[in-house]
Amino acid sequence: MLKTFPKGGVHPSENKITAGTAIEVLPLPKQVIIPLSQHIGAPAKPVVAKGDKVKTGQVIASSQGFVSANIHSSVSGKVLKIDKAINSSGYKQVSVIINVEDDEWLDTIDRTGKLKTEIVLTGEEIVKKCAENGIVGMGGATFPTHIKLTVPPGKKCDVLIINGVECEPYLTSDHRIMIEKGREMLTGTRILMKALGVSKGMIGIESNKPDAIAHLNSIASGFEGITVHPLKVKYPQGGEKQLIKALTNREVPSGKLPVDVGAVVHNVGTAYAVYEAVQLNKPLIERVVTVTGKDIEKPGNMLVRIGTPLRSVVDAAGGVPENTGKIVNGGPMMGKAINSLDVPVTKGTSGVILFSVDESKRKATNPCIRCGKCVSVCPLGLEPYLLMTLTEKEFYDRVEKEKVMDCIECGSCSYICPADRPLLDYIRLGKSETGKRIRERKQK
Amino acid sequence: MNELLKVSPSPHVYSRESSPRLMYGVVIALMPAQLAMIWFFGWAAIIVTAISVTSTVIFEYLIQKFLFKQTPSIKDGSAIVTGLLLAFCLPVNLPAGLIILGALVAIGIGKLTFGGLGNNPFNPALVGRVFLFLSFPVQMTTWPVPNGFKTSFTDATTGATPLSILNENYDKIPIDQLMTDQTFNMPGYRDIFWGNMGGSAGEIAAFALIAGLAYLLIRKIISWHIPASILVTVLLFTGILWLANPGNNADPLYHLMTGGLLLGAIFMATDYVTSPMSAKGMVIYGIGIGVLTVLIRRFGAYPEGIQFAILIMNAVTPLINIYIKPSRFGEEVKHV
Repeated sequence: MLKTFPKGGVHPSENKITAGTAIEVLPLPKQVIIPLSQHIGAPAKPVVAKGDKVKTGQVIASSQGFVSANIHSSVSGKVLKIDKAINSSGYKQVSVIINVEDDEWLDTIDRTGKLKTEIVLTGEEIVKKCAENGIVGMGGATFPTHIKLTVPPGKKCDVLIINGVECEPYLTSDHRIMIEKGREMLTGTRILMKALGVSKGMIGIESNKPDAIAHLNSIASGFEGITVHPLKVKYPQGGEKQLIKALTNREVPSGKLPVDVGAVVHNVGTAYAVYEAVQLNKPLIERVVTVTGKDIEKPGNMLVRIGTPLRSVVDAAGGVPENTGKIVNGGPMMGKAINSLDVPVTKGTSGVILFSVDESKRKATNPCIRCGKCVSVCPLGLEPYLLMTLTEKEFYDRVEKEKVMDCIECGSCSYICPADRPLLDYIRLGKSETGKRIRERKQK
Repeated sequence: MNELLKVSPSPHVYSRESSPRLMYGVVIALMPAQLAMIWFFGWAAIIVTAISVTSTVIFEYLIQKFLFKQTPSIKDGSAIVTGLLLAFCLPVNLPAGLIILGALVAIGIGKLTFGGLGNNPFNPALVGRVFLFLSFPVQMTTWPVPNGFKTSFTDATTGATPLSILNENYDKIPIDQLMTDQTFNMPGYRDIFWGNMGGSAGEIAAFALIAGLAYLLIRKIISWHIPASILVTVLLFTGILWLANPGNNADPLYHLMTGGLLLGAIFMATDYVTSPMSAKGMVIYGIGIGVLTVLIRRFGAYPEGIQFAILIMNAVTPLINIYIKPSRFGEEVKHV
């Protein structure tokens, strides 16, 4: 029997349309919009000005404070302006807008394309390289990688987990990286293991990617300490806590971090980016993005420069189909619906999905029939129906007691609800109100 | 194009499940028992079901439309389920007027007074049945002998279900004698499995109810927790009684397949609205129903206890929901 996490979970239609489509390089756009906040934490501070010439890979904004990350130019050209531009959440955000001219890279970047598996840098140097090159978690949360590589004093990490689960329907970017860049990704894993000082690396992959499992199994013997683990297909197995539970049977306590149970989780895409940063000295300036949807002409996986407007990506896949009703940045379970294709690709953009008008209709809310399905699918063992009711009634003390802050917003409850109740919408409201109350309490 | 794009919070995909789909799923699961009912009682079975279902649906429509001035919600199928379940737990020779009265109590008092689907604390069909049972005890305990389309209603026997025979004779006549003595005409295991015995319309055919359970579980309409905890509790409890005093107690298997236990455990106790939300809660609820059922059957005044057991545990459900929490992820620190 395949391993999986025991509590809750759902199994949405996988719709991995692009699983067999090789990664294609997207031609350079005419203009890129590079937001200064593509990571969790403080936005980076621009170090270029209007009119400056920049090269591909050059730092254009530097990390500010402890939790932050450098931002690099993904193209060469001229800085048109530093201005506010719309992001995937619909907010205007400070971005560097660059008009593309040629494609002139910094000399320091190794572009020979040769595989380099020998790791010469020390752990500390690796962490420094990741910080310099602006590496962040590429599964979507975009937490700066160099911080995750620094184990806090007094804590001990003994296993690195590489997240190749890709439990979101539709998305296949990690899948393609594992198949096409397997050796690079495994080298990246070794690098991360060295930085963390652990001898065990576990790669978790859901069994719906048998080709990736077979490929990595066949080459993993050349990488000491790395094992490949097929997992039963179940959403949200890609959630950090769920993956750790599935692979090691350790449970991250409420309000604690994975490192508290001796594990650190990095995404497949991040491991590949770390390889490029450490071995090739290449900053995080491009990533694999899945462009997909049931009606799109040429769905595929594309290697896209950061800052490329989603419009260019969708155009390369055949353009927006006539009957498109919703465009989602990210996966269908946790991604954000965007209202404009001018939104740029950022470090956390794993895919863009185009839904037809029919698929994007939200159904009318019906009365709760108390079937308890939301309770049975919650991977955290919460009671979504109760959290929704308590939030509606603004009983925030009880909302907090019922552990609303544990919610990972996976959406399994809203997905399963037969009465189409907006459970997660209300839980998010409950979380944000509770978060506010906790912060106010701390200040007093 | 921008005006046409929908923007909504995640998730952006949904399961195909809906309340009506679940309700009609229950209707399908009830069909084997419905067919068995027709096999045993012929036209009478069809008539009882037709009157009951039509009445519950019409009452729901009329009350919502004219009394509450709401949009009627009969399409969700919940009134049909209530009508079917009510028909299943009535004797097939019950006068039409009483069936209609039962349906009115079930829908009007049992369900809509509390605010309709999702808000009723007690199982509506059981409210209707218990109302009839307490108000018209003679009519509610007169059973025709099953004989297919030739069933005769003039020679209906009174109170002659296996459980009522047991209830009258506990501690008076030893079980062995009861089972073998022709005057009691107790059905054997084969009869109780296939349903050839006195009883309410839909409760007698154990095999058909078990087929319905299998469907409910495969379609994931219900989880195993409630039926399993009720049935296991009844088996254990009656098993202990039987082992302690085999001469004076029916064996567990006999208890399992007679009376309304299977109908109640599979279709009544699992009613979403009136049962607990969490798996742990469901098990506690099921154990409660099992214990109460056996207590009433063996030591109470009534031969069958499942209806009261379910209603009592329905009343406890809100408390279970408050005090029994699902085990949270990360509650106990596990470090291997």
